[in-house]
Amino acid sequence: MIEMRDLSKTFTVRVKAGRLRREKRTIAAVDGVSLSIGRGEMVGYIGPNGAGKSTTLKMLTGVLTPTSGEVSVCGLRPVPQRTALALRIGVVFGQRSQLWWDLPLRDSFRLLRAVYRVPAAEHEARLRRCCELLDLDGFLDIPVRQLSLGQRMRGELTAALLHGPEVLFLDEPTIGLDVVSKQAVRSFLGELGRTGDVTLVLTTHDLADIERLCHRLVVIDHGRVVHDGTIEQLHARYGSRRRLVADLDSPLPPGFVLPGATMTGTEADGHRVTFTLESITAGAAVAALVTAAQVRDLSVVEPDIEDVVARLYTDGRSAEGRSAEG
Amino acid sequence: MDALDASVPTISPGRPFRASVTTFRALMGSGFRRYATYRQATVAGTFTNIVFGFLRCYVLLAVAAGTVGATAGGYDARQLATFVWVGQGLLNVVGLWGWVDLSERIRTGDIVADLVRPVSPVIAYLAADLGRGGHALLTRVGPPVLVGALFFPLATPSRWLTAPLFAVSVLLAVVGSFGCRYLVNATAYWLGDARGPLVFWTLGSGVLAGLYFPLRLLPDWLAVTLWVATPLPGLLQTPLDVLVERDPPALQVGLVALQAVWAVIMLALAGWVQRRAERRLVVQGG
Amino acid sequence: MGELRAYAALFGGRLRSATAYRASFAVELVTNAAGTAIDVATVFVFYRTAAVVGGFTLDEALLMTGITAFAFVLADLTVGNIDQLETYVRTGRLDAVLVRPLAVLPQLVLADLPLRKLMRLAVGLSVLGVALARNDIDWTAGRVLLLVTAPISGAVLFGAIFVLSAATAFWWVDSGKLGHGFTYGGRDFTSYPITVYGSWFRTLFAYGLGFGFVSYQPALTLLGRADPLGLPAWAGYLSPLVALAAVGVAAVVWRSGVRHYRSTGS
Repeated sequence: MIEMRDLSKTFTVRVKAGRLRREKRTIAAVDGVSLSIGRGEMVGYIGPNGAGKSTTLKMLTGVLTPTSGEVSVCGLRPVPQRTALALRIGVVFGQRSQLWWDLPLRDSFRLLRAVYRVPAAEHEARLRRCCELLDLDGFLDIPVRQLSLGQRMRGELTAALLHGPEVLFLDEPTIGLDVVSKQAVRSFLGELGRTGDVTLVLTTHDLADIERLCHRLVVIDHGRVVHDGTIEQLHARYGSRRRLVADLDSPLPPGFVLPGATMTGTEADGHRVTFTLESITAGAAVAALVTAAQVRDLSVVEPDIEDVVARLYTDGRSAEGRSAEG
Repeated sequence: MDALDASVPTISPGRPFRASVTTFRALMGSGFRRYATYRQATVAGTFTNIVFGFLRCYVLLAVAAGTVGATAGGYDARQLATFVWVGQGLLNVVGLWGWVDLSERIRTGDIVADLVRPVSPVIAYLAADLGRGGHALLTRVGPPVLVGALFFPLATPSRWLTAPLFAVSVLLAVVGSFGCRYLVNATAYWLGDARGPLVFWTLGSGVLAGLYFPLRLLPDWLAVTLWVATPLPGLLQTPLDVLVERDPPALQVGLVALQAVWAVIMLALAGWVQRRAERRLVVQGG
Repeated sequence: MGELRAYAALFGGRLRSATAYRASFAVELVTNAAGTAIDVATVFVFYRTAAVVGGFTLDEALLMTGITAFAFVLADLTVGNIDQLETYVRTGRLDAVLVRPLAVLPQLVLADLPLRKLMRLAVGLSVLGVALARNDIDWTAGRVLLLVTAPISGAVLFGAIFVLSAATAFWWVDSGKLGHGFTYGGRDFTSYPITVYGSWFRTLFAYGLGFGFVSYQPALTLLGRADPLGLPAWAGYLSPLVALAAVGVAAVVWRSGVRHYRSTGS
């Protein structure tokens, strides 16, 4: 579906050098990215601000011309075959609306049907499905400018899907949304992914999006891919650890040691303790714990992806200090 | 308490005069600096002012050349050229067009943040507008006047009174223009946005302030009516008339006095409308 | 065919958006018409002072004003709002336009069609009508043809200038008012006999940018007057060619502008 080979994009920017002088400087926003994404995959594309996420997405959708390297989407070259490609992909830019501001959603959808030349029956069927899954019926007749951000984003998603795209690109689809809307968007995208007809590429700041939706995670930093694989592989590679949280009736005896684990937190005067498990299984840790204190409640916490990614970024930062918002 | 007070911009009758002046100056400075950041826009705007300077100057000179005494509306060729070129610069100082700060803040509801400040919005916006005018005076007047002087013979003032009177007249023009714009923008308090009134304003102010042609080209009864019954000639025509010494000194002083009356009226109206609007916001909860 | 239907739908959407705010749309219709009326009134004010300006009488000048008013309004109405490109580039909304399966320029033009300027068309037409009635024109087939082609060619030329001016935003986002010097400036330039302008300025605008062929040369031909500036009588018929040349230049600049945007982003 999507092929990128050694894809690069450099920008020339003028930076202030002294009071009046300005210097030209070249910045590689995307620096030799090679990726191959198959049909029906759901790929999360993450990275810190200015890592090159948006720039990559713009090159994939035909908005930006690559400086070098090759890119093909649905077998088409995005920039020269922009209009042909546009009919086969859907794009949601989190902060740039595709909808007609002064018109009700329903009218925007009707206009898009004409723009994308969708047969009436197909349009109806897709719209009905989106209405069901995204619960649009309540606000189909309200002008877009009066919609809440969450309602609008559900409208944007529908707008991007009405022509039955093979690939859906989402740039920050949950940015600024409230919890309920985020949930609605995620479960909708999850549903979409399960059918396997649509390839989905999404950039996000919110790693919960990725955890819920994407089997494959691409981490980009300074324009380069620093990780490409599953979330589990990411944890394995960066040694993320599970944690055991226990609520106790009385604090642990002083000097208590759990071999193969480190105590990383105590709360409520020692009535709640947290151990990070290093070389011990959760079962063995629990067994050791119940011998030392009366355990009221227990939970095993999966490794936190935020921490891993944050660590990944800071590691990358130290290597070289340059960044550009694409 | 005093130290805390000094850090919050406050203008109120109860405070020492000097502190109010400091606050006013700080607000002016912020207006100045804000416009100093729009450097590209300044260059683009100046270019356009110059193109229109040529267009208007050539047409007016051709009109004057077509009359018996080679004067149009009582201006000779030099006076006309000066009128046009200084007018192209002054247009930005007076800031006839493009000020939508207030109506935008009303439309978006941000105005509430202005209302809780200890400075009345009219005073705060006036200070910022004087800062904007000051920036325009330094950057937008020179280039068109220079180009005008390069291509056309301009008039130089011959009376000592002209310079100080012109300075006062320009200041009054900025204040008067501010009052008008404030009122136009403030319609958004009642209409939701000020788009319609702003279009009216843009349309009427250009022609009735004397930008397209000196108002003296109009029939006398119409010109006199405009001067007495509207603040518009005071926004551009009066300072330019003062500069090119169109009238005897006594009449010039009289026209500037009339301009002052209108500036005060407009400012007072702006203050009154603002108070009405605030009361309305308090009652209806915005 | 499908594409045409898509553009028609975009136009329909624009129509519905414009009428979404009925009251302010009505106000804008009226004030915009008044704008054109003021331009024309200005001509009368000048001729109140002098009977002859630049060697032309009021009636003769009015013919030029009329052709210009009609041509400019036609262009302004159709492509005038392309000057919104600046906002599209600054806010990145152009990206959303680029991911649709239609050409960029027609999308932008149709998305913002300034319908509020519709009434201006009536004002422009009536000025032209009055001017034709007040001049004693010796009608021939050629002149009738000219009466049709001149305003349309003028509109095309103004349209090209609108596109050129707007396209500066691809390179220079804050170009702002820069283009107005050529669009609205061009309108003012062609509202009067070009004999009033100084020589280098006239050469630049009339022959360099082609504005002399919008109203001045066609009006001379309609009136049967020789050009005091020396161009032959058939110069009045050149406006379609001048307009086409301007369209060619505008197309090249627009394309390279889009290309530039694609290589630099917003």
